[in-house]
Amino acid sequence: MSAAATRPNEAERYYNYAYLDEQTKRMIRRAILKALAIPGYQAPFGSREMPVPYGWGTGGIQLTAAIIGPDDVYKCIDQGADDTTNAVSIRKFFARVADVATTEDTAEATIIQTRHRIPEQPLKAGQVLVFQVPQPEPLRGLEARETETRAMHAYEEYGLQYVSLYENISAFGRIAATAGYPVMVEERYLMSPSPIPKFDNPKMDDNEAILLFGAGREKRIYAIPPHTRVRSLDFEDYPFEVQTWEENCALCGAEDSYLDEVVLDDAGNRMFVCSDSHHCGQRRAEGHVGPMAGHQLANPVAEDGQ
Amino acid sequence: MTLGIDLSRIHPGFPDPVRDSQTVFRAIMDAVARPGLAVALNKAPEPPTPLARATGAIALTLLDFETPVWLDAGVLAGEAPAWLRFHCGCPLTSETQEAAFAFITRPEDGPPLSAFNAGDAKYPDRSTTVVIQVPHLEGGRSVRLKGPGIKGERTIAPQGLPGDFWEQVADNNSAFQFGVDVILASGDLLMGLPRSLHIQTEGA
Repeated sequence: MSAAATRPNEAERYYNYAYLDEQTKRMIRRAILKALAIPGYQAPFGSREMPVPYGWGTGGIQLTAAIIGPDDVYKCIDQGADDTTNAVSIRKFFARVADVATTEDTAEATIIQTRHRIPEQPLKAGQVLVFQVPQPEPLRGLEARETETRAMHAYEEYGLQYVSLYENISAFGRIAATAGYPVMVEERYLMSPSPIPKFDNPKMDDNEAILLFGAGREKRIYAIPPHTRVRSLDFEDYPFEVQTWEENCALCGAEDSYLDEVVLDDAGNRMFVCSDSHHCGQRRAEGHVGPMAGHQLANPVAEDGQ
Repeated sequence: MTLGIDLSRIHPGFPDPVRDSQTVFRAIMDAVARPGLAVALNKAPEPPTPLARATGAIALTLLDFETPVWLDAGVLAGEAPAWLRFHCGCPLTSETQEAAFAFITRPEDGPPLSAFNAGDAKYPDRSTTVVIQVPHLEGGRSVRLKGPGIKGERTIAPQGLPGDFWEQVADNNSAFQFGVDVILASGDLLMGLPRSLHIQTEGA
């Protein structure tokens, strides 16, 4: 039987394919379909105990487990990077429990699980981007009671959110939120984009891929289908704008990517590098050179073990 | 009441339930995320009449003890109810408002979409998903669709739907966030018509 060949560790497995049992997967799958039918609406689901603590991506992991199959190619990033501890562990988890091929290449992946970033490279039709969400409720900071925020979404009562942005402007002269900046989906549901930088917000509008959001501790799933209108909240006289940097990426010279600041020593030296590690690596491979390209950080030790 | 099921007459379900339901789910997810697009299944077993392979595959993938199912007269008449009860363990209901899923194989005689549960203001996800089986997804009256999941607009022309079906779909959309979500099934093909869909009125 050919199926057996693609499941080498079947015999040693003491749990179902992709870790979750089939009834849990069906429950999550039904929630995903309703979430896609009502873009931006937070559908409740019966979040399960996972082999990592809440806050480590259990919502994203459960979404991935419910949709993944052996033909998928899986990529997992944390703050844009493929090589951080959390991303490496989750990628290994699915390689083991779902017999799935893994990659760091954004274009090659069919499922990309992410914490805090949307990849720089535009996503394609056929890809699914799974977000790990700590707090799915954009209004939670303004109203602590779930019964109230439910009603606010039900009756589209979003005045409080605008008051909060206005207070920001009166206090700081601008809308100060930089991550988890609230968006309006199809001019109906206010939605938290998860703690991605507002730099990434425009990428959600009219995206080609399916965007799924999972909050494990808060037990909510929400979604944005492809080609959906997603608008970051703003005012006519204070339009939405994204972060910009005076520096380019020190390693690849990129002028248009999201940059992380890296402190290099105690003398105050620092560098700015792309937060999307695959994007930066790809640009360097194409011959793009940044001002600190010779720096030791530009030549990480044996990427991919190659 | 014990439902006497003659096991020798039950058609098989998925040969490999774990992998097949995953493959089918991805097709359903694509269909709902990209309304009006005909999505092909390649892993559907032959269900009892009058169910099409796509209709049966949706049932095997999404139904279980948590989902009360409403069946139209066409499905109730055959061996499909026993097949659904055996493979999915789903409760059957005769109340359209209680149904999480509804299966309609005779759309012209079926109840209107408004008969089913449109969800709660705070929990619109509690609405019915209505699976309507049609003879073909092409060759009928054409309608133009817009909305989430569609780049620009998309024209579709499924056959075998009631004359006022698209008016029903438009009414269903006008009540958003309330509404039922429709999945059309035909042969091995699926097409999602979620409540977010806008119907563009034709000139003719």
